[in-house]
Amino acid sequence: MNFETTIGLEVHVELKTNSKIFSPSPVEFGDDPNANTNVIDWGYPGVLPTTNKGVVADGIIAALALHATVEQHTHFDRKNYFYPDNPKAYQITQADKPIGHDGWVEIDIDGVKKKIGIAEMHVEEDAGKNTHERDHSYVDLNRQGTPLIEIVSKPDIASPAEAYAYLEALRQRIQFTGISDVKMEEGSMRVDVNISVRPVGQDKFGTKTELKNLNSFNYVKRGLEYEEKRQQQVLMSGGSVRQETRRFDEKTGETILMRVKEGSDDYRYFPEPDLPALNISDEWIKQLDEAMPEMPTDRRERYVNDLGLTDYDAMVITQTKEMSDFFNEMVDLKADPKMAANYLQGDVNAYLNDNQVDLAKTKLTPANLAGMINLISDGTISTKMAKKVFKAVTNGEEPKAFVEKHGLVQLSDPAKLQPIIDDILDQNPQSIEDFNNGKKRAVGYLVGQIMKQTHGQANPQVVNKLLMAALNH
Amino acid sequence: MDYFKQDLASLHADLVAKKMSAKELTQATFENIKATDPKIDAFLHLNEDQALAQAAALDQAGISDDQPLAGIPLALKDNLVTKDEPTTAASKMLENFTPVYDATVVSKLADAKMVPVGKTNLDEFAMGGSTENSAFKTTKNAWDQTKVPGGSSGGSAAAVAAGMVPAALGTDTGGSIRQPASFNGIVGMKPTYGRVSRWGLIAFGSSFDAIGPMTRSVKDNAMLLSAIAGHDDHDLTSSDKAVPNFAADLTAATSVKGMHIGLPKEFLADGINDDVKQAILAAADTYRKLGATVDEVSLPHNKYGVAAYYIIASSEASSNLQRFDGIRYGYRAKDVKNLEDVYVKSRSEGFGAEVKRRIMLGTFSLSAGFYDAYFLKAAKVRTVILNDFKAILKDHDFIMGPVAPTPAFNIGAEISDPLTMYMNDILTIPVNLAGLPGLSLPAGFSNGLPVGMQLIGRPFDESTLYKAGYAFEQNTEFHTKVPALGGQN
Repeated sequence: MNFETTIGLEVHVELKTNSKIFSPSPVEFGDDPNANTNVIDWGYPGVLPTTNKGVVADGIIAALALHATVEQHTHFDRKNYFYPDNPKAYQITQADKPIGHDGWVEIDIDGVKKKIGIAEMHVEEDAGKNTHERDHSYVDLNRQGTPLIEIVSKPDIASPAEAYAYLEALRQRIQFTGISDVKMEEGSMRVDVNISVRPVGQDKFGTKTELKNLNSFNYVKRGLEYEEKRQQQVLMSGGSVRQETRRFDEKTGETILMRVKEGSDDYRYFPEPDLPALNISDEWIKQLDEAMPEMPTDRRERYVNDLGLTDYDAMVITQTKEMSDFFNEMVDLKADPKMAANYLQGDVNAYLNDNQVDLAKTKLTPANLAGMINLISDGTISTKMAKKVFKAVTNGEEPKAFVEKHGLVQLSDPAKLQPIIDDILDQNPQSIEDFNNGKKRAVGYLVGQIMKQTHGQANPQVVNKLLMAALNH
Repeated sequence: MDYFKQDLASLHADLVAKKMSAKELTQATFENIKATDPKIDAFLHLNEDQALAQAAALDQAGISDDQPLAGIPLALKDNLVTKDEPTTAASKMLENFTPVYDATVVSKLADAKMVPVGKTNLDEFAMGGSTENSAFKTTKNAWDQTKVPGGSSGGSAAAVAAGMVPAALGTDTGGSIRQPASFNGIVGMKPTYGRVSRWGLIAFGSSFDAIGPMTRSVKDNAMLLSAIAGHDDHDLTSSDKAVPNFAADLTAATSVKGMHIGLPKEFLADGINDDVKQAILAAADTYRKLGATVDEVSLPHNKYGVAAYYIIASSEASSNLQRFDGIRYGYRAKDVKNLEDVYVKSRSEGFGAEVKRRIMLGTFSLSAGFYDAYFLKAAKVRTVILNDFKAILKDHDFIMGPVAPTPAFNIGAEISDPLTMYMNDILTIPVNLAGLPGLSLPAGFSNGLPVGMQLIGRPFDESTLYKAGYAFEQNTEFHTKVPALGGQN
């Protein structure tokens, strides 16, 4: 029996705002429990929410970045449920009129492009956090009221690989807008997943299961792969899939039953009476649209078409906005685009990985890295010397000054190189004879001797030219 | 202090002329309360030390002519949060609750240098029309202590009517200022929704809740509304419309001449007590004599108002009251086994019967499968009723009618019959559904009990209501009558 898979993703993106969505408390992490809270965050009697306009702007930006229609006449709703980390016992969210709807992102799997639809995105407040210790539980409301955007996909995702690509595309686009850090490891991007399978040709979707504890894109993919197979096996053995929530086990790569869902929760949504409806003007949308940064897909196209990068290079450079901005600046400083891309993907990425640090947090600057590349391009230093220079550049040193200080200048002057070449030729008559007998390998040996003599400072291109001239003389 | 003989303006004049100090006035007020309140039970909490200290400080600083309310005592309904002073909403749930902040109206009164003397009784969380739903005590009508004072602002109404304080603040979600004002023969204004900030009002029906003044005269009322009204950054539903000096319009020249008044026939239909009807018809004649025209108009959907209101307000209440979960503040049940126990037991024990009834009604109305038939339908009715009012107010300056179908009823008479109790609000609720201003003022008596008249105006046109009320007051004697209990010394 052949099956087809349907995957739905609900992505929560935490917005990078100074204050909370409905209170003036700061959005800061790592402070003492309940330090960043006030009466509004406590759900204290008599308090009222006020809308942070910046969050609405971020919602519009997200909608625009994901090709969605901005809902210009919208409002907030209450979602009612009891839980200690939910102090009002309702969450202010958007139910029937989300700020954006009917968007899409494009994914590319091995050159095959596909549009994944986005049903809707809405802005809402985050809850606090409960922690439990033996016989006590504690509530920290610092996170209460942190603004979130929830992005809900349409049932277009047909494989775990597509889910991964969708998340990556979503992450990149949101990251490029600057409204969120979108980092799963830091909790600023969270993913809820559901998956169902059905025999090919069946109209009705299969029963879906929900997966929890998916803390990286990779776990999302692995969890879905496991669950896809598990559901197929259940169906093939004549069983039926139950509507349940399952937990992904990072060690075994399996999903484990957490709880069986019976019916659906009733959150008794209704319009939030404490907040007036939002009327979003055409002008506001236009203003945000015009200020929208170039999206990664547009950049990739430009890198390939205008700067001659390969698709792969362009993709790697646009993984994050920081990297891509860094690259743009290097190109603006006349660094060779291909070399700039190579350094970013190679030495720079290796450096970031080795030190587990973000590009923005290093001492690397586009000016210094571009300066180094320009020194290579104009022959001042060799790529081999550049290794040392790169190390200095990671420490924030200016490459030209470093090169001069350490005498790392490449020997390119023919007048200085010629006598050395003549000496080496004099000392190696056998090699000349070999060359004349058609043994091209002899050239390599002679170049090696010259490089040795000059402690590696000779410019290989110039040496080659002079040597060939001498040998063919 | 005899508050039956002095209005706010004359108290102010005495304070400025130093005929008495603010401290003396405050002291006299507490003497009034101590003499009278044992018969009335209007107060839940007095803050004597704080009030006397505040008054003394005012005396020190001096009260100038441009501070018309400075040094004047008043009472606050106990669902308005007061920093460092108990605020209970008359609920066991908040019996020991002391807020950490002041409601905006409380801050504004402090800016006006008024002296709050205590917190008044109410139906628990403002749910009720008799103040019998208080978890702590039953307030009595100032005119007859076997009668209810009305509600939910029954404590504020009785405190003013019995001459304990010259003014009080109440709140009105479905009639809770106007009906007790009517039952106690005083003046109560439910301002336009959004006229007064709700920040610090313990929410009941968020899309209806309004805070307003309760006083012995129209002019006092107007002065107090100017002090508490205005936009507040804490309340996005508060309006940024300019707040007039309402009292400045009330002079010897104030007249209703040429005004068009609508009298809805539904407001005098079956079920309205004859004495009440007669009082309103007589009031209509008074207005005609003063040069206004009074036409019969119709609010054809008025009969659906009570049902729509109890669905929407209870739905909002069911959500608003969820925060009382026993976790962060307020009542927490003992001997609980787990989290669900904390919720269920704390709420079962902390809330009274009427509050639980409305939580259940609201929860049901919002539930999946019932939302469209109840909440959504009620929201549509609300729009229809608003349109009925709009149609009348297009060519009428205001609408007049009774406040409640009957004068004050006996304590205990209706408390076990919620539907009868709910129908008492049939004339006040539509005004809350439409968000309009409504003024209640004395217009007659029935067997020695006051009968009130309600004036309903255009949005943010409290000014016309005050003018019309003032003109009525100047030409009638009802407001000069006082209950036969001696609270003043």
